[in-house]
Amino acid sequence: MAHAPQTIEQDEADTRDASADERIVETSFLQRLISRPELGAAGGALVVWIFFAVLAGDQGFLSLRGTATYLEVSAELGILAIAVALLMIGGEFDLSVGSIIGASGMMTTILAVEYGWPLSAVLIAVLVFAVLVGSFNGYLVLRTGLPSFIITLASLFIFRGATIGVTRLITGRTQVGGLSEAAGYDWAYTLFASDVTVWGVGFPVSILWWLGLAALAAWALQRTPFGNWIYGVGGDAEAARNTGVPVRTVKLTLFILTAIAASLVGVIQAVSFSGADVLRGELREFFAIIVVVIGGTLLTGGYGTVIGAVFGALIFGMVRQGIVFTGVDADWFQVFLGGMLLVAVLVNNWVRRQAMQNR
Amino acid sequence: MADTVPLIEVDTISKYFGRVIALKDISTAVRAGEVLCLLGDNGAGKSTLIKCLAGVHPPDEGRIRVEGEAVQFDSPREALERGIATVYQDLAMIPLMSIARNFFLGAEPTVGWGPFRQFDMKRASRIAREELGKLGIDIRDATQPVGTLSGGERQSVAIARAIYFGAKVLILDEPTSALGVKEVGVVLRYIARARAQGVGIVFITHNVHHAYPIGDRFTILDRGQSYGTFAKDEVSREEVLKMMAGGEDLEALTHEIEEFERSDRRAADKP
Repeated sequence: MAHAPQTIEQDEADTRDASADERIVETSFLQRLISRPELGAAGGALVVWIFFAVLAGDQGFLSLRGTATYLEVSAELGILAIAVALLMIGGEFDLSVGSIIGASGMMTTILAVEYGWPLSAVLIAVLVFAVLVGSFNGYLVLRTGLPSFIITLASLFIFRGATIGVTRLITGRTQVGGLSEAAGYDWAYTLFASDVTVWGVGFPVSILWWLGLAALAAWALQRTPFGNWIYGVGGDAEAARNTGVPVRTVKLTLFILTAIAASLVGVIQAVSFSGADVLRGELREFFAIIVVVIGGTLLTGGYGTVIGAVFGALIFGMVRQGIVFTGVDADWFQVFLGGMLLVAVLVNNWVRRQAMQNR
Repeated sequence: MADTVPLIEVDTISKYFGRVIALKDISTAVRAGEVLCLLGDNGAGKSTLIKCLAGVHPPDEGRIRVEGEAVQFDSPREALERGIATVYQDLAMIPLMSIARNFFLGAEPTVGWGPFRQFDMKRASRIAREELGKLGIDIRDATQPVGTLSGGERQSVAIARAIYFGAKVLILDEPTSALGVKEVGVVLRYIARARAQGVGIVFITHNVHHAYPIGDRFTILDRGQSYGTFAKDEVSREEVLKMMAGGEDLEALTHEIEEFERSDRRAADKP
């Protein structure tokens, strides 16, 4: 159109030339780092593996059996971390997951052992319980507009306390066993607690659950509209609402998925140990957040990946079991974990600043 | 061009907030392929007027016509459905998400069926690149985060998105006010490109130096009232500025400043 004056076109050509400068190399390297938040965690996992391979390689860390040991630890936290990662990318926290693990495990055991329910019915009941608990957390957060950190901190104590209270009321104890006698235990065992033998070594089936769910969640996050909405509501809920994303539905769904993942872990543990303890799952809420952050997800939401959380959980398992293999007192594990968290947060923060910077 | 039906026409609208008269008898119109600048100082009523157009506040008196048809918008969504898109200053862009993801947030193209339906990232990236290309923005990579773009480029992504999703009228709320000098040029150029595509543009600003180079017509507001709408050849930059500032006030100010300068000079001359 005649409106656009010649000089404007001229300027544009100049701008384009100016953009072809030496900064591009630096930018594209940074871009790769920003678009792949899991790279740091993958590198970290490799470093940790080499570290323990050198220190504890001949004590069994490198053996298949050793690998199975740490993968099992990684898997149980990893299943939780997948859902927590999605929730945190969506901009929310759930501190009640540890309590939900305890409650679900106890619920499974009590319903089957004390009330004689078949395990199929028990699992449906636990699933319904998880959906209710997740909805409770999500509804309270969305309704009050308060930080989910505070709301779910309250749930943490409510669910843990109720689990202890109800269990003592019904059984008079805080540990309940005998799940292996329940109807349907065999198939539940196959599904949740059996070993898959690879080269003569049994790998717990929970590792398959972990990797399978991770693949599903990673696909959903990266490749579906719902995944795009998760990034949107976590990045800027108001902006997402303006473009037509159903913000409340997305967040509520994420809270429910998180509760379901916690219940799955509770069930896996109950079936594996043929019973439950009211204190199971303690501190898992923090471990889950830690491995998600190590995996490159931002505490502020809107940025992160499931793959990163998988590597985070892998690091967690390797460090926890690796320390045992080296023969060092396992007390040092927490120091290691806290240190890694600190490094991860600093790196994430730096990456975010780079991503937000005008160029 | 003046004899075509306006895309959107405001006919003597007024808006009151309690006893405050926010707008009184304002009339103006924007046609396809035209930039209407809405000028006024802070508090002149610019924001209220665009909120009436965008469906945020329905006007208390008067009519809004879209392509000749009287309409009553009760929500921004209704305005959007009639092709009136508003790009607000805060942009509705999420800095940590990629350009393509931002571009299609809430309206993602999909491939596949049933549970395997997935976000068609390739198509999203291609369309985002093409649509930005139409505005003359050459992005190397639609997967780069919006946060890596400059403020002006972010504005343009928002503009391109609105056009792609069927906007016939684009309302730009102070798109240049938070930008540096160079960036203002960038945004003005994209507005020119959008106009060339036949979009009607309502450009809100309090800076006549941003409005004058790009505007085809100017509506000047002052304390809720309109000085009228002028075509570019009917009015000079200085006249626009004078009307915006409430005429004589500015003249008085100019005199005062000259007075200061004179006294300064006198002080400097005396050793």
